[in-house]
Amino acid sequence: MSATTSASAARPGWWPRLRRNHLAVVGLIILAAIALIALAAPILPLPDPNATDLPARLAPLLSPGHPLGADQLGRDMLSRIIWGTRVSLAVGVVAALAAALIGSLIGIVAGFYGRWVDTALMRAIDMLMAFPYLLLALAIVAALGPGLLNALFAISIVNIPFFARSVRGVTLGLVRRDYVDAARLTGQGDFAILTGEILPNLLPVIVITLSTTLGWMILETAGLSFLGLGAQPPQADLGSMLGEARALVLVAPHVALIPGLVILLLVIGINLVGDGIRDMLDPRLGSGGLARPGAATAVAFDAGSPTPEPPPAAAALGVRNLATHFLLGGERHKAADNVGLDLHAGECLGIVGESGSGKSVTALSILRLVPTPPGRIVGGAIHHHGQDLLGLKPADLRDLRGNRIAYIFQDPLGTLNPLLTVGEQIAETIRRHQGKSRSEAMALAVDLMERVRIPDAANRVSAYPHELSGGQRQRIGIAMALANDPDIIIADEPTTALDVTIQAEILDLLRDLRRERGTALLFITHDFGVVADLCDRVMVMYAGRVVETGPVRDVLRDPRHPYTRRLLDCVPVLGQPKRALNAIPGLPPAVNRLPQGCHFADRCDRVIERCRTSDVALDPIGPYRTVRCIRAREP
Amino acid sequence: MLSYTLRRLAMIVPVLFGISVIVFLIMALIPGDPALAILGSFATPDNVAKLRQDLGLDRSLVEQYVVWLGNLAHGDFGRSYSLNRPVIDEVRERLGPTLLLAGASLLLCTVLGLAAGVVSAIRQYGWQDKILTLLVLIGLSTPSFWLGLILVLVFSVQLKWFPVSGMYAIYGGGDTLDLLWHLALPAITLAVVATGVIARLTRSTMLEVLRQDFVRTARAKGLDERTVIRKHALRNALVNIVPIIGIQTGFVLGGAVYIETVFQWPGIGRMLVTAISTRDILLVQGGVLVVAACYVLINLAADLVQHMLDPRIGT
Ligand code: SF4
Repeated sequence: MSATTSASAARPGWWPRLRRNHLAVVGLIILAAIALIALAAPILPLPDPNATDLPARLAPLLSPGHPLGADQLGRDMLSRIIWGTRVSLAVGVVAALAAALIGSLIGIVAGFYGRWVDTALMRAIDMLMAFPYLLLALAIVAALGPGLLNALFAISIVNIPFFARSVRGVTLGLVRRDYVDAARLTGQGDFAILTGEILPNLLPVIVITLSTTLGWMILETAGLSFLGLGAQPPQADLGSMLGEARALVLVAPHVALIPGLVILLLVIGINLVGDGIRDMLDPRLGSGGLARPGAATAVAFDAGSPTPEPPPAAAALGVRNLATHFLLGGERHKAADNVGLDLHAGECLGIVGESGSGKSVTALSILRLVPTPPGRIVGGAIHHHGQDLLGLKPADLRDLRGNRIAYIFQDPLGTLNPLLTVGEQIAETIRRHQGKSRSEAMALAVDLMERVRIPDAANRVSAYPHELSGGQRQRIGIAMALANDPDIIIADEPTTALDVTIQAEILDLLRDLRRERGTALLFITHDFGVVADLCDRVMVMYAGRVVETGPVRDVLRDPRHPYTRRLLDCVPVLGQPKRALNAIPGLPPAVNRLPQGCHFADRCDRVIERCRTSDVALDPIGPYRTVRCIRAREP
Repeated sequence: MLSYTLRRLAMIVPVLFGISVIVFLIMALIPGDPALAILGSFATPDNVAKLRQDLGLDRSLVEQYVVWLGNLAHGDFGRSYSLNRPVIDEVRERLGPTLLLAGASLLLCTVLGLAAGVVSAIRQYGWQDKILTLLVLIGLSTPSFWLGLILVLVFSVQLKWFPVSGMYAIYGGGDTLDLLWHLALPAITLAVVATGVIARLTRSTMLEVLRQDFVRTARAKGLDERTVIRKHALRNALVNIVPIIGIQTGFVLGGAVYIETVFQWPGIGRMLVTAISTRDILLVQGGVLVVAACYVLINLAADLVQHMLDPRIGT
C-alpha cells in the first residue's frame, strides 16, 4: 500500500519529537524538578539533615519548623528527604553508567571479534542472566558486606547483561556492513573502526537500554538500603530512611511513606522519559503508530459527498462511487476514489493495476476489511443482490463474510493462522455459518481439501500451515473460501506469491471450480496475462481510480487508455521474455498529492495541455466499454 | 514433544553448572580470610581453623571448587553458623513458603496482566486503555516494599481485613483458609510490578498480532470479535508472552525478598537478609543456589509451554 510511505518524510529533530509526546514532557518536568532540588541541596536554607532534636521527634506533617515533620530522632524530614534523594539519584546514575560502560564494552568486543570471543563472553552473560536479578545482587552484597558502595557495585553488575546483549546484537549487524569492510580495506585499525564507525551507531541502543534499566537500578538500590544492606547510618538514602522508619509506620506513617513516595515519583519520571525516548528512537513505532485495525472498516461519509446512484439490483455485486481513504498523519490518502463496478452471477471480473492502484483496497472495501484506522469509507454504495452492505449491522456483516462472499488472499503463509491445523481453519468457517458439529465440519474440510486437489487430504487435514508447500497452502485458502459455497469469491492476487508452474495449477483449479459451481469471481491481479486467461471482463485501475473497463477480448485487442496499453506491453510474450522488463517509466502519483487533471499525465506519452487542466471523466466509448482519457476516441 | 523435553532438560545442565561456578566465584571474592568472614561474629580460633580445613583453603581454587561441587551433589551445603544447623535443612524448610508466595503472585500477575493488556489493546486509545496504561506505569514504578507498608496500613491496621504479617494465625490458625488470608496482601504486593510488565507486553504484542494477515482472514470468515481475539490473536500473542512470564519469575523471586521482609513471611528471602546481616555466608550461598535452580526449572517449564503452544518450534 503506497498509502503508508509518508512516514519516512523529513523527520524533525529529536527535541520537537520528544516534546510532542506529552507524557514524556511530564516525566521530564518531574525529573528535572527532583534533580534540581537535589543538586541545590547545599545552597537551600535547610537544617542539617543529621541534626537531632529529640523534643521534635516524630513531629507530624506541617509542624512549625518541620514542614514534612521530623523522624524518630527529631531530624527534619524535608532536609533528610532532599539529601537522601541526592544520594539515591547519585547512586542510581553511577550504577547505571558503570553498567552501561562495562556492558557495552563486553557487547562491542563480543560482536566485533565474533567467534570464540563472542561465544565465551555471551555464555558468561547467559550465566549471569540465569539468576533471578535481585538474588545475584544479594549474593554479591553478601560477599562484599553491606554498604552503599557495595550495593551500587552489586546492582551495576546485575545490569551489565542487558547492555552487553543489546549492544552485541547491534554490533554484529554493523560489522557485516559494507562501510566497515571498506574501513578495513583502507587499513584502519580495529580501534579506529570501533570508535569511528561503530560506536556512533551504538549510542541509540545504549540510550534505550539505559532508559529501561535506570528506573530498576534506583528501585533496587533503594530496596537494598531498605533491607539494611545499602546505605548505613548516619549516611541515608531514600531506601534506608524508609527501612529505618518501617517499625514506626503505625505511629508516624509519614516518616516511612514520604521517602517511598519520592522514589515512586522519581521512577515514574524516569519511566515516562524512557518511554518517550524509546518511542523516538525505535523506528518501528514511527508516525503512524501501531494502530489496532477494527473489526470492520469505519463508514463515515464526507459531509456533502454526492448521494451515489443505486447499483442495479440484478447484479450479484454492484459498487458505485466508492471512496476509501486513509487518514495518515493528518493527510488524506485517496487509496480508492469514485470506483464503480458490477459483477454478475457466474461472471469473472478482473481488476488490474500496479501496487498502490487501489485494486486491493477496492476489493477489501466490499466486506469492509480495510483496516480502520487508518482507512475509512467516505462515500459510495456497495450492494449485494440489492442489499446495501455499507449500512449493515456488524452481526449481519459477519453473517455474510465467508458465507455468501468469500476471500482468497495473496500470501498464504501470512494469511493462515500458524498455530491451528489447516483442517481446523477450514472447519471453523463451516461451523460458523452452517452450525455443524466439530466432527461433521472436519469431515467436510477433508472433502473440500480433496476438491482443491490436495493429495492425502485425510492426513493433511491435521497439518499445520508451515508443514505445507506454498501451493498447497494456497489450495487451503481456496478450500476455505469454497467452504460455504459462496456466490461471490474475491481473490486478491492469489497466485502472486507462487512460482510459475504452481500458478498455472491454481489458475486451472479456479477455472474448473468456477465452471462447476457458477460462482462469480472478482480477480485482483497486476498481471494482464492472468486476466486474459481467466476473466470475462476487466477493469484497469490507476492511482485509486478506474481508468478503463470492457470485455477482456476487446480491451486486449484494442486498449484505449494509454496506461492500459503500457500494461499490455509489459505482458511477457512467449519467445520474447525480455519484454517483461519494458516497465512503465516513472511512478504513479502519491495518492495524498494527486495532481489536477489526469492522474496519468506525468507518465503519459500522449499528454497534451488540456489533460492537466480539468478532471477527466470515465466516459463510455461503446456499449460495453468506458475509458478515462480525453483522447480515447483518437486512433 | 518428548525429544524436545529431553533436549531442553539436557540444556539446563550447563546452566546449573554455570550458576554454581558464579556462586563459587562470588564467594571467592570475599576480601580477607574467607573463614573469618564466613564465621563472622561466631568466630573462635577453633572454628576458624576447622572451617579453613573444611573449605580446603590450602588447596587451589579449582580443587576447592571440585570438592565444593561434590559436596553439593551429596546435598551437603555446609553448616549455618548462626543457626547451628545444616544449611540444607533450613533452606528446605523455607523454600515452600517462598514458592507459595511467588506462585500465587505469578498466578495473579499472569491473569491480571493478560486481562489488562488485552483490554488495553482492543480498546486502544479509548478511556479503558488510558486508565490501564496509567495504572501500569505507576505499577512499574512502585517500590514494592513501600506499597506493602501502605497496604498493611490500610487493609490490616485500619480496615482489619487482613492480618498484618506472618503465614498463619498464632492461635487457632493453620488451615488453608487461614493461609490464603495471610497470603493475600503479600501476594498482591509482590504481583504489582510483574503485572505491569506483563500488561505492557501483552498490549504491544496483541497490537502487533492484530495487524497480521491471519487476523484479517479470521474476520473475513465472519468470526465474531470474541473468537478472533481469543482463538486467533491471543493465542498467537501468548507464544511471545509465555517466555516473558518465565523471566518475570526471576523478578518475582527477587522481589519476594522485600515482601517477605515487610510481611514477615517465613521464606528464603527473609532468611537471606538475616543471613547477610549476620554474615552467614554458607546460608546465603545455599539459599541463592536453590532459588536460582528453581528459576532455571521455571524457565524450562515456560519453554515447554511455549513449545506446546507453537507447532513451528522444532520437535
Ligand atoms: S487524458 Fe491525457 S494524459 Fe491522461 S491518459 Fe489521456 S492522453 Fe494521457
